[in-house]
Amino acid sequence: METLLPLMVGTLFAVGLYFILHRHLFKVILGLILFSLATNLFLFVVGGITRGSSAIISEEKSTATEPYADPVPQALLLTAVVIGFGIQSFAIVLIRRVYQTFKSNNLDELRKENEAQ
Amino acid sequence: MSSDLLLLLPLLIPLYGALVCLMFWQQEQWQAVMVGLAQIAWMTTIVFLMQRVMAEEVLVTQIGNWPAPFGITLVADIFGALMLLAAAVIGIAVYLFSLQGLDVTRRRFGYYPLLLLLQMGVSGVCLTGDLFNLFVWFEVLLICCFALLSLGGTKGQLEGTLKYVTINFLASGFLLAGVGVMYSLYGALNLAELALMVRQPEHPNLPLLSMASVFFLVGFGIKSAIFPLFFWLPASYHSPPVAISALIAGLVTKVGIYTLIRLFTLIFISDLGFMLPLLAILSGFTMLIGVIGAAAQTDFKKILSFHIISQIGYMLMGLAIYTPLAIAGSVFFIVHNILVKTNLFLISGVVAQRYRTFSLKKLGGVYLHQPVLALLFLLSALSLAGTPPLSGFWGKLMLAKAGLEAGAYTLVGVSLCVSLITLFSMTKIWNEVFWKPKPGNHIPDKDLAPVSLLRLRQLHLPVILLLVVILFIGVYARPLVQLSVRAANGLLHIEKYTETVLSNKTLK
Repeated sequence: METLLPLMVGTLFAVGLYFILHRHLFKVILGLILFSLATNLFLFVVGGITRGSSAIISEEKSTATEPYADPVPQALLLTAVVIGFGIQSFAIVLIRRVYQTFKSNNLDELRKENEAQ
Repeated sequence: MSSDLLLLLPLLIPLYGALVCLMFWQQEQWQAVMVGLAQIAWMTTIVFLMQRVMAEEVLVTQIGNWPAPFGITLVADIFGALMLLAAAVIGIAVYLFSLQGLDVTRRRFGYYPLLLLLQMGVSGVCLTGDLFNLFVWFEVLLICCFALLSLGGTKGQLEGTLKYVTINFLASGFLLAGVGVMYSLYGALNLAELALMVRQPEHPNLPLLSMASVFFLVGFGIKSAIFPLFFWLPASYHSPPVAISALIAGLVTKVGIYTLIRLFTLIFISDLGFMLPLLAILSGFTMLIGVIGAAAQTDFKKILSFHIISQIGYMLMGLAIYTPLAIAGSVFFIVHNILVKTNLFLISGVVAQRYRTFSLKKLGGVYLHQPVLALLFLLSALSLAGTPPLSGFWGKLMLAKAGLEAGAYTLVGVSLCVSLITLFSMTKIWNEVFWKPKPGNHIPDKDLAPVSLLRLRQLHLPVILLLVVILFIGVYARPLVQLSVRAANGLLHIEKYTETVLSNKTLK
């Protein structure tokens, strides 16, 4: 897992960025979603992954001992997922609206039409 | 008022104001009343906050009474309070402008709640004492920007918003990655605690810290439109109506610069030998490219949009020189620029209310019809360019003096040349919009929008209000300069900040 997850993160970042740079609007949405997945996974991995242990400290101990799952990155992740979800849904609605208004899902054509005006 | 309440109210007033506005959905008269009250209340609390901060340097409160490194901390220092004060002033001005200058449909469909939530986001960014919350508040601010930019859904707006959303989403991803790296390095997110850890003599993982700082530089660099990352700004800022673009153009990029200055004085201080020359190069190019871009434009709002980029360069210049005077110059310049830039956008709005266009080619002869407006524009424009008795001059003077003292002659030279080109650009607007005869003079007043005198006066009101503030900080610059110097000292000597935050004075 320790070696697999960083590779996953890297791949997701690369694919996400590639799609964001695409001129097709649907691929831009996909890119945004993959990019936010990549950052979330990065946050999770970089916070340190532990296996089979919980974030709960037993009653008789005063401090946490190894292995101990750190709850903070998970809390950050949850917040980031929610924020990412909100922005993604906004982006999807926006892109749908763009498609309805311009009758095109090609970014280059939007520009031509705007310049023509 | 207790300091806890004083730190919370700038967040709560806009939040509850927005909630009340949502209850009056589609009844824009009531919403307008509510927002007016909320603006006044916000302004008042911030003035009180400013007073307290001036007396005590740093105010702090721990949310939920959790002690400092674990709980959520709200901190106010002079820099943050100054930002909020400027934001409150333009908040009132933009609100007054929107009463007459924005169409009813946009006002009915959520302009006012979004305005308030945007202000809540700004308060959050300026008051937070926690790295992750900084990210969260920035998202709050941005999502309001997204909605405001696309409000109304015209073709130009949709295209501009699409670019804005995509690039800012990317920037937020970089920020989050940076936050993750910081947490993995130090196991802390509290800014004060991070500042202490970074300053320990042999703290580990220096290369990784530099990497995190680059994440933040890129993230906030995109949001504040510094040199290689600014292309989204002229593509999106000119598209929405003036009541929206004035607020966003005046405020949001400066909040990005605010966070950059905050983080690079507080946390990312260990690799300055590499970072400062980089920042100097970036700031030089930001100034230059912005102003050259503006020279090529023939649209009132687009020229102003490009000038935002160029002015961002000045703010970055102070950070790049990194002496107390230079950072004070940056602080002064940010406050000055928030006011002046908003005012210029509002003036373009007043012109467009009557002539229904922003194109320099179609405009002309405004001086003949509205000499007062022409005078207001002239003063604001000269202030932006930095003509001596006006506010822009003092900011540039501080920056140039600090630059000469630090030996950054090229940077100072560039900044002075850019000032000159700014003046040229402003003269261009003056000539084209106000001075030259209106093209196609044979159809006089026919294509003018019917604007009643009363409405025109009401549109002038926010412009005059802002200009009074600008003239005040220009002619009587001493208090603001002193405050900026104190703010810069607070930024560079962090002992007071960290002590107050980590002293853990929780409520009994």
